[in-house]
Amino acid sequence: MNPPIRSLTVVALLGLAAALLVAVLGLPPAPVKLAGEVAANLGASGVSHPVTAVLLNFRGYDTFLEVAVLIIALLGMLAAGLPPPPPTGSRNAMLPTLARLAVPLMVLAAVYLLWAGAFRPGGAFQAAAVLAAAAVLLHLAEILAPWPRDRRGSRLAIAGGFLLFLAIAAALLANGGLLRYPPEHAGLLIVLIESGLTVSLAVNLAAFFLLRAPEEQR
Amino acid sequence: MSAGLIYAATGCLLFVLGLGGVLLLKALLRRILAFNLMGSGAFLVLVGLAQRDGTPDPVPQAMVLTGIVVAVAATALALTLARRWHALTGRDDIARVRDTGRRVRRKANERRKSAR
Amino acid sequence: MSPLLDPLAWLILLPLLWATLAFVAAERHGPALALAGTGGQLLCVIVLASDVAGHGSIGHLAGGWAEPLGIRLVADGLSLVMLLLTQGVALALALYARSYFSRATPPAFWPLTGFLLAGMNALFLSGDLFNLYVTLELVGLAAVGLVAAGGGAAQIAAALRYLLATLVGSGAYLFGVALIYGSYGTVSASLLGTLITAEAPLAVWLAGGLMLTGLLLKTALLPFHFWLPPAHGGAPAPVSALLSALVVKASFYLFLRLWLGPFAALTEALPALAQVPAALGATAILWGSWRAIRADRLKMLVAYSTVAQLGYLFLIFPLLGTGALALQAGILQATAHGLAKAAMFVAAGTLIKVGGSDRVLGVAGAAAHLPVTLFAFALAGVTLMGLPPSGGFLAKWLLIDAALVAGQPWIVVVALSGGLLAGIYVFRVLRLAFRRPTAHEDVPLPQRPAALLEWTAFALAAGSVLIGLGAAPLLALIAGVQP
Repeated sequence: MNPPIRSLTVVALLGLAAALLVAVLGLPPAPVKLAGEVAANLGASGVSHPVTAVLLNFRGYDTFLEVAVLIIALLGMLAAGLPPPPPTGSRNAMLPTLARLAVPLMVLAAVYLLWAGAFRPGGAFQAAAVLAAAAVLLHLAEILAPWPRDRRGSRLAIAGGFLLFLAIAAALLANGGLLRYPPEHAGLLIVLIESGLTVSLAVNLAAFFLLRAPEEQR
Repeated sequence: MSAGLIYAATGCLLFVLGLGGVLLLKALLRRILAFNLMGSGAFLVLVGLAQRDGTPDPVPQAMVLTGIVVAVAATALALTLARRWHALTGRDDIARVRDTGRRVRRKANERRKSAR
Repeated sequence: MSPLLDPLAWLILLPLLWATLAFVAAERHGPALALAGTGGQLLCVIVLASDVAGHGSIGHLAGGWAEPLGIRLVADGLSLVMLLLTQGVALALALYARSYFSRATPPAFWPLTGFLLAGMNALFLSGDLFNLYVTLELVGLAAVGLVAAGGGAAQIAAALRYLLATLVGSGAYLFGVALIYGSYGTVSASLLGTLITAEAPLAVWLAGGLMLTGLLLKTALLPFHFWLPPAHGGAPAPVSALLSALVVKASFYLFLRLWLGPFAALTEALPALAQVPAALGATAILWGSWRAIRADRLKMLVAYSTVAQLGYLFLIFPLLGTGALALQAGILQATAHGLAKAAMFVAAGTLIKVGGSDRVLGVAGAAAHLPVTLFAFALAGVTLMGLPPSGGFLAKWLLIDAALVAGQPWIVVVALSGGLLAGIYVFRVLRLAFRRPTAHEDVPLPQRPAALLEWTAFALAAGSVLIGLGAAPLLALIAGVQP
């Protein structure tokens, strides 16, 4: 970008920042208050934490689509081309020990996060992130080898959670709407979906780091 | 000024900073980080502005969780492409890569190629 | 009909299903899954169209929760037209891609295409501003993946440029949604239509500006068009067709929706605002056509033609006060251009594949061995030029009519000039193609391509012309939408 356009952009951005500050600080109160509606319908949602209820029941359709977004990112990586495996044999003594100590605790924490999501902050995404971090730690410690791209197992693991979510969404159409949980089974269905998602998303996130091109091919 | 408004104001500044970064910086990694800054700014505004009167509201919090996942996916894709670009060309920026298909004389084209 | 077979929901679920299956299964199953899937989607949209034509717009509460707590999906005339265009072009392109990629499919092409279509259907059906953000990202990331698929450095660079542009666009959109939620406590589009008045606070104006500008960036309207020619011109032909015909229309659709829906009070309060997209559109028509005339490579010519034709879509905004005319002109232009541009990229792909050269000059003499393809290219060109009786002609006719009614004659001049300029670059290709090879030119006899490659181009191009003849039901669908 040549200098005159750069200066113009900077001036425009400063103006935008000023306008935004003025706008945000002088805003009158909002007419619609959704917090009350969430609290009123919490009983019928199947979970007792309001954020989880919004995420997996009231606005569950958003969650459904965002899992697809993560799969698309992985597909994009497969499309662009995988990097070669990292060089091995760095003989770092501390990291493998640390990994072996930390990973079981991380798995435990992930299971707890998944279970706790029903009644306090937590849930499938958080648990999956911790599990994926554990996998990356093992990989960096050279305990877990990189994954070749053509393994059917990892692709099934990634797709499995989403397919389960999709099957439940389709089945619930009979109940009158997309992802419309019957109140008496909502809790069970949500736990089922979250468990599937935890595994799938963990493998998906780990795959961003662990998927490599096979050794011979560049 | 309530806590929510402070978050919202900070979010506005972060968003503009991030936007400036994506537009004006050259290195790819920094532009991707700047995009994340934009996202964080938007999340802060989403949560802070909605709760500026002090009462917690679960809906924007859930929206931010969704937004974080989407931002992670986008960042992953961006980093993948940057990694691939670096592997193919050794470069860490996409400046001066023009593929506009203009009708040029062949000599000028070759001269430009040899200079690169 | 049983709610289990609700066509609206299956328009979203079906592409997600076959895309995921294509991801898991071996690559050779991709085309079969895609054809079955897009065929099923076409059925769904036809059923949905007859429902909407009978009952007006149809709503669907995702999760069964009423707004503003839940997310509402809406199918009205406008979304139906876009959905019809998407499924129709998708089926034709699936057929084409199956033959085009017979020897080497780019990795992850079929799953990415499926997710792209799912995202687009979800976008056309959504009535919730935050949900629309998620669908925008679905479409954007899938499109970037398709551009990068299997490519070398140039394609990766084009994908990176496209990704950064689309992320800035959706980032601005998300920030706007954040401001809107903070101002009103809801992101439901229909509710906001009633809540936002001309006395809205500054934050709402800024939100509108950010969201609409972000969408302009994604629609590649000048001056935000820089990412489009490398991306559309460098990708394989089926991907270019998907991008130019469909993906850019999605963000345009959203721009139109926001303009007419939640932000209607703002745009009516300040009519001069509408001149901005119109002026940018006019510049895009002139600049894009000029670059297409000067293009060296065939796919670049078609890509710059997209930049120019997208300008027409934005000429309608100063004219929206004249009733349904301008809206019909815009949507008809989007539909006709979608069909014609898909046909053009498909034809270009076949020409390049058979001729072996991707330069415009490489088309020389192609009419002798690729008559159907050239005919398809010419038909598509007829729509782009706006010659009767094509869809492009009808769209321009309506546009000129609306411009004269609204007292904006400069739009008439721009529309007509655009048609002339389009004629120049279309005839550039046709003239070369019909040239007889002279004695000293060495023309080896190339192999005949699969018949499917030629006939999908023809079907798409014929569609763009037939739309002009049989537009009455389409216009009726659009007329049902409140301007």
